[in-house]
Amino acid sequence: MSDPSGDGARSEGSRPIDWSPPSGQPFGAAGPVHGRADAGQPASASAPLVDVPTAAAAAARGLADGEWHRLHPATPLLKGGIALLAIIGVIIANLRERLVELFLPRSGGPEDPLDFAVRHGWLGWGVLAVLGVLLVLVLGYWLSWRMHSFRITDDVVEVRSGVVFRRNRRARLDRIQSINVARPLLARLLGASKLEINQAGQDANVNLEYLHRDPAIALRGEVLRLASGAASGPASPSTAAPGSALVDRAVHEFTAGEEGDEGESVVRIPVGRLLGSILLSGYTLFVVVSGIASFVGIAVFQEYVVLVAVLPALIAFAGVTASKLLRSLRYRIVPSRDGVRVSYGLASTTSETLPPGRVHSVQIVQPLLWRPVGWWQLQVNRASHSSAQGAAGQANTTLLPVGTTEDALAVLALLLPGLEAGLGRGLDGAASAAAGSSASASAGTEADADAGAGSGADSDAAAVRGRGLLELALLAPGGAPGFSASPRRAAWLRPFSWRRNGAHLGGSAVLLRKGAVWRSLTIVPLARVQSTAVRQGPVLRLLDLGVLQLHTVAGPVRPTLGAVDRAQLDADLARYAAAAVAATREETSDRWGRAPASARPVPAGSAGGSGASRGDATSPDLATSRTDAAGDERHDHERQDDERMGGAR
Amino acid sequence: MAEPLEPAGLTVDGSAVEWRRVSGRYLAIDLVGTAVLLVLLEAATVPLHLLELPFAWPASIAVLVLCAVIAGLTPRRVRAIGYLLREDDLVFRRGLLQRKYTAVPYGRMQLVDINRGPLARLAGLSELRLVTAAAATQVVIPGLPEADAEQLRDHLVAVAESRRAGL
Repeated sequence: MSDPSGDGARSEGSRPIDWSPPSGQPFGAAGPVHGRADAGQPASASAPLVDVPTAAAAAARGLADGEWHRLHPATPLLKGGIALLAIIGVIIANLRERLVELFLPRSGGPEDPLDFAVRHGWLGWGVLAVLGVLLVLVLGYWLSWRMHSFRITDDVVEVRSGVVFRRNRRARLDRIQSINVARPLLARLLGASKLEINQAGQDANVNLEYLHRDPAIALRGEVLRLASGAASGPASPSTAAPGSALVDRAVHEFTAGEEGDEGESVVRIPVGRLLGSILLSGYTLFVVVSGIASFVGIAVFQEYVVLVAVLPALIAFAGVTASKLLRSLRYRIVPSRDGVRVSYGLASTTSETLPPGRVHSVQIVQPLLWRPVGWWQLQVNRASHSSAQGAAGQANTTLLPVGTTEDALAVLALLLPGLEAGLGRGLDGAASAAAGSSASASAGTEADADAGAGSGADSDAAAVRGRGLLELALLAPGGAPGFSASPRRAAWLRPFSWRRNGAHLGGSAVLLRKGAVWRSLTIVPLARVQSTAVRQGPVLRLLDLGVLQLHTVAGPVRPTLGAVDRAQLDADLARYAAAAVAATREETSDRWGRAPASARPVPAGSAGGSGASRGDATSPDLATSRTDAAGDERHDHERQDDERMGGAR
Repeated sequence: MAEPLEPAGLTVDGSAVEWRRVSGRYLAIDLVGTAVLLVLLEAATVPLHLLELPFAWPASIAVLVLCAVIAGLTPRRVRAIGYLLREDDLVFRRGLLQRKYTAVPYGRMQLVDINRGPLARLAGLSELRLVTAAAATQVVIPGLPEADAEQLRDHLVAVAESRRAGL
């Protein structure tokens, strides 16, 4: 507290704030929705509706031509059809006996209603009623299909659906968080795919279920191209199915590879490793221990009742293992023009595309049981909530279910390109300063010695930069060069991991190292940090420690570092806050297909004094992360704001 | 006792930090809140007295002491609340035992709420809440005079607009 004596009322009055006039504009309503003039008009009833198959054969623009399209005709069947088939199956199964009796009448016994109907000549009415119900069902399905349509313009994707209750959902393309092409087994048999356009927020996805397979993949490419802001891109390759017949299509579906997912996968997960990773889990340990305990119980007490308790668990375990395995087979992670594409699944497949800058934080973790084999898992925080399950039957925030250190770092490099370049920057400078003129002392060992932990680091100076730093961060048992070190007193709170506990602010991201038993490395891109906090409770105050928190969107990754030296933390808040602001300014991933900032004209800042210098600093941000139409208007805002702030100073 | 957490280098225009504090009337509201708490807790001990339990008086006295301690710390706790409007972010601090300093870049604010409770309304105060895409941000500035709160909101909306970033 800088002024503990000042009471509230005085300081409130003593510092008048030069408030800006109220601005009626809500956040986010900055620019006019530019683009097609008709974007805001609901299509009239007479708007041409193009059926999916014909559109597939049409131009490269395909389904994204701004016209209304209908979905795959089998959509109702795929969405609710399984339930219907099940009900029909149950009815038939129940009536089978009666039907048999009908045609092979037996004498005696109480009279059956069906027999009664037959005897009175009402059979015709019964059949008619059944047909009527079927007709209504079919009509309902046909209507719901007929009323369900979508269109994709340059700026938005829009879906209309519902027969009685009409729904209309429109989503901006530049806000796309990810696109998911999912193919459940039944849909694959019919050659259909589900296209899910994920937006930030709960229940904020736009689902196009179902589409024909090839148009769906072409559409994904087109939507991504429009979202990227690229003026024009190469048309997505769209190979038509060899035949239009259902059987041909089904065969094509299963024989052809993941089309549109071409390119070599960066990571391969052998089936053995996948199985091993599932077996080497805490749950497995529990099952094995309880199994052994129960068998010992049986052997000692000759009581087979124990089996009743254990067997279901074992069966469930086998089932879970099998489904995890099935979902993770054919795991592929491929870099593409529009971000990272992760696909997996054997029977039901999923292929998800994450555009650049949609990963809010990454965590590479190693459960204790995986340490001997050196495997890691990679999880991310993301703003959207995809309905699709992730690989290995886990939440779809797990982007790499299991991999070696190499694999984990390769995936990390895909997700956060440019991360390695910034890591360890200035580190060897500081180290060489510490080493004086002696060239023999390398940066790695110097920094290591500073950290007070002999980790046997590679003495090559390059090893503590970029990838080398990441490897050290993951594998070094004690402190790593470049990371802040928790003081010895942190051992009260982190008895095992206090040596590993540390943070590194490098280039475009913050790295947090945690855990000695369950090792983890958290990477938070600074451009995605929502806010930064430092915290200290009474216990931490006794130990002269504190907590560093980086706030990102919710997810499995919690970028928090506990037991940090208080003196270090005092400096950290300003440092991290400034870094986050600077990184956000340089952020260009909103429209990742656009030309980089340096290629665009940067208008000079105005409004005198400090405002001018600030204007220069912020201009690149405006030039890159804005949409074209709104850019100029926002520059005006910025300048006014500069003036205001200048006045306040 | 070691030095408390006190972030350094939080400069505004290169000059030293001067935290904006909340209104003095907020102290009164907070004390009234503590008094209400006291009354409720004492009411809860009434059955103990009716049953003539041996620990009835100690319980009542413990409640009184607890509330007195809370009330005694209130002025310092209220003074500990403060915020800074920096060039690119808002820094908020609060807490005496649980100290917390949060820096929210203007461009990250998704919306700004103004809430008024019944007591605060009597005193003409408002509470300002900043919402970002991260649920953990949790910046709630209590005890702002109504006009100030609205001006602050408009200002925040305006600067957030000029620095708008994606998620």
